[in-house]
Amino acid sequence: MSKDIRIKKGLNINLTGAAEQTTSKAVLSNVYALNLEDFHGVTPKMLVKEGAEVKAGEAIFYNKNIEDMRFVSPVSGELVEIVRGARRRILTLKILADKEQVYQESSAIDVDKVDGESIKTALLQSGCWPFVKQRPYDIVANPDATPKAIFISAYTTAPLAADIDYVLKGKEKELQTAINALSKMTPGNVHVSIGNSAVSPFTNISGIELHKVSGPHPAGLVGTQINKLNPINKGEVIWTVTPQDLVIIGEFLLTGKFNAERTVALVGSSVKTPKYYTTKIGAEISTFLYASGVNEEKFRLINGDVLTGSRTSPDGHLGFYNNTVTAIPEGDDYEFFGWNKPVFNKISSTRALTFSWLNKNKKYNLDTNTNGEHRAFVVTGGYEEVFPLDIYPLQLLKACMVKDLDEMEQLGLYEVAPEDFALTEFVCISKQPHQQIIREGLDLMYQEIG
Amino acid sequence: MGMKEKLHQLKLKYQGKKMAPAFNALHTFLYTPNETTHSGGHVRAVDDLKRTMNTVIMALVPCLLFGMFNAGYQHYSAINGFPAEFSLFEHFLTWDNFWLGAITILPLVIVSYGVGLLIEFIFAVIKGHEVEEGYLVTGMLVPLIIPVDTPLWMLAVAVAFGVVIGKEVFGGTGMNILNPALTIRAFLFFAYPTWMSGDKVWVHDAVNLAGTPDAISGETILGYLAAGNSEGMYEKYDLAEMFFGFIPGSVGETSTLLILLGGLFLIFSKIASWRIMLSAVIGSLVMGLIFNGAVAWEWIPEYSKFYGLMSFDFWKHLIVGGLAFGIVYMATDPVTGSQTNKGKWIYGFLIGFLSVMIRVFNPGYPEGVFLAILLMNVFAPTIDHYVIQGNVKRRLKRLKNATILPKPSDSKAEGLKVETV
Repeated sequence: MSKDIRIKKGLNINLTGAAEQTTSKAVLSNVYALNLEDFHGVTPKMLVKEGAEVKAGEAIFYNKNIEDMRFVSPVSGELVEIVRGARRRILTLKILADKEQVYQESSAIDVDKVDGESIKTALLQSGCWPFVKQRPYDIVANPDATPKAIFISAYTTAPLAADIDYVLKGKEKELQTAINALSKMTPGNVHVSIGNSAVSPFTNISGIELHKVSGPHPAGLVGTQINKLNPINKGEVIWTVTPQDLVIIGEFLLTGKFNAERTVALVGSSVKTPKYYTTKIGAEISTFLYASGVNEEKFRLINGDVLTGSRTSPDGHLGFYNNTVTAIPEGDDYEFFGWNKPVFNKISSTRALTFSWLNKNKKYNLDTNTNGEHRAFVVTGGYEEVFPLDIYPLQLLKACMVKDLDEMEQLGLYEVAPEDFALTEFVCISKQPHQQIIREGLDLMYQEIG
Repeated sequence: MGMKEKLHQLKLKYQGKKMAPAFNALHTFLYTPNETTHSGGHVRAVDDLKRTMNTVIMALVPCLLFGMFNAGYQHYSAINGFPAEFSLFEHFLTWDNFWLGAITILPLVIVSYGVGLLIEFIFAVIKGHEVEEGYLVTGMLVPLIIPVDTPLWMLAVAVAFGVVIGKEVFGGTGMNILNPALTIRAFLFFAYPTWMSGDKVWVHDAVNLAGTPDAISGETILGYLAAGNSEGMYEKYDLAEMFFGFIPGSVGETSTLLILLGGLFLIFSKIASWRIMLSAVIGSLVMGLIFNGAVAWEWIPEYSKFYGLMSFDFWKHLIVGGLAFGIVYMATDPVTGSQTNKGKWIYGFLIGFLSVMIRVFNPGYPEGVFLAILLMNVFAPTIDHYVIQGNVKRRLKRLKNATILPKPSDSKAEGLKVETV
């Protein structure tokens, strides 16, 4: 009994610079890096020292709090640098890749013949585990939990995000294996959501509950789908995996190798020829960015999409979870009377002399300007128009700001991740940092309640 | 070097200094800042608080201009007698009217903005935060909801009271409980009642000329009705005059037509809540109908002092007095109103309902919109609380069916326990 999801509330942010559906192979990167900020809440403990030789798929550090959870190198080579920040916190691990890639090999696993526990152990050992994230708290899943369901969103509505149907074409075998493995770890269902009209690689996969999703962003966010299908209650756990990571999991189970390869969409109005590249997790972004070329000198490079990605630079590295890299112009310029003149070239959710409501399909070239300064919350009712979850967004944000744990819990903080508040942040007239507020609220709650 | 670069240099010079908020307020008035996103999403929608407030001001400007013409019109008509054959261009939209209105009303606007913004700047500098735009609308609302001849010093005192006690002590824009403009209005009303009601205050110069042979006066529609003089009122004003606003009253509140257009503009631009406006209209109609019913059922004898106002046709309440202005520009204040969509329906309805009720039963002053809105400002958080409790209860109910599954480690721990026993 699959249920279709139709979202009415939301906002599509149509940007110029969508990727053309052609894929090139990116130049091999010399140095690969793991950015530890990708693994929120993980306290790393190193397994190898600086200067050590590692194989692709060999563990280089583990989570101090959950010792089974290992994180592996995407390539074989030498761990050349451990970049540390304040209080010697590890920020980035840099690996100088060998010319000949050597894989840490383990035996393939026949998913149908083993039980959930041994699959879990294998995934934890192999470094595939961090691809599984959990709600509440939006962190790498704690393996010591039984999720009531697993959600996979194979429908993207985020601005310029990689088209999953295109990227995963021909990967049915890996997907099926990964799905079989995941479904052994939950007594509940594995929910997969696909677009309404798309030809998805998931249509022929068995063992899943398939849902068709339609509507504006954030219909494609897994948080929206969870809220509509099987909302999280206090004490419950749901796991989420992105489809491109399923491929890596599936390939590991089939071959015993951790293959960090993935197809990445290089998009955004600052990119000359936006298209797809195959590369590896941790590859230096310049290896494919300059192959497409850039339009201007001052641009913002983003690991991910414009709403939820993290800031990086051409010598930065592809994030662990990202399959989109976006480049948009920096907007660090003043605009004369920008606050009262009619605006035609930017997106707005109101009609206060802003005219983006005239043509819903027009594509915009937005820059990173905030279009105004930070203010106290004043206007109400605007967030609800773009927020389809059964939650009061303004009140939840305020509860997080005043650190009222009871209220955070009552208003449904367990159900959300920062990305669910990306749209309310986008339309926020007071320019409040919604995602940061929610992240801090989740962290506080994790600390206090666990 | 253009102005943009010069201001940019100045901004860098002021950065971190005490006067930075004051400078930034002026700078960002000319230029939207060069700030870029630094956390969360990397792009933002174009709307900011300045644009929002500016939209409300744009919706208020027609009311202000009309108020200027009307001030002159009421003054000269009180002296020379009302024209028998009224013509818009001959009698109303004249330079004489406009000039008189401008020299009496512009000082009110200047004092309101001057005093209010000065206090805002001082607080911003002391507390080291940016000057927030809330007062841009308040400063425009205040001159529009007071009698035309309000002495400037009174206005200055009231604005200072309203901004400090009504807003800044709570933490400034976005934190206040009561609508600042209405706090100012209430302060004036209770501190200087003789300047706020009666038949002398609504027409320019009427107070000065009182007791002289040239004495003039102009009573509001509600004043006539409260005095039980319905015939006198209908003799003087017809419905069209009430709707278009050629009647005595506070500066900007008289023209229901322009307020209606302003309200439609605010609804279209999605700046003000249509839910509050619509439900407030419904609320006032319901209360008006109840009063009309009470008269029709002959519960109210004709000699009752409430008879005049209670027998006034229910829908006409919307086109006289400050009800329409209050509904469109005051009740929709997002900070002091209900913040949930369901709450907005209740909040608006009660404002309309109570406005008409207070208007009819208020013994001293036949108007109640500002009191009703202030009262509901106080209750708005309560309304929201119960609306949100609905959501919380739904979540708690769901919790009863939660599928909390045992952890794998639980069974291991269980096993160990058995062994040790």
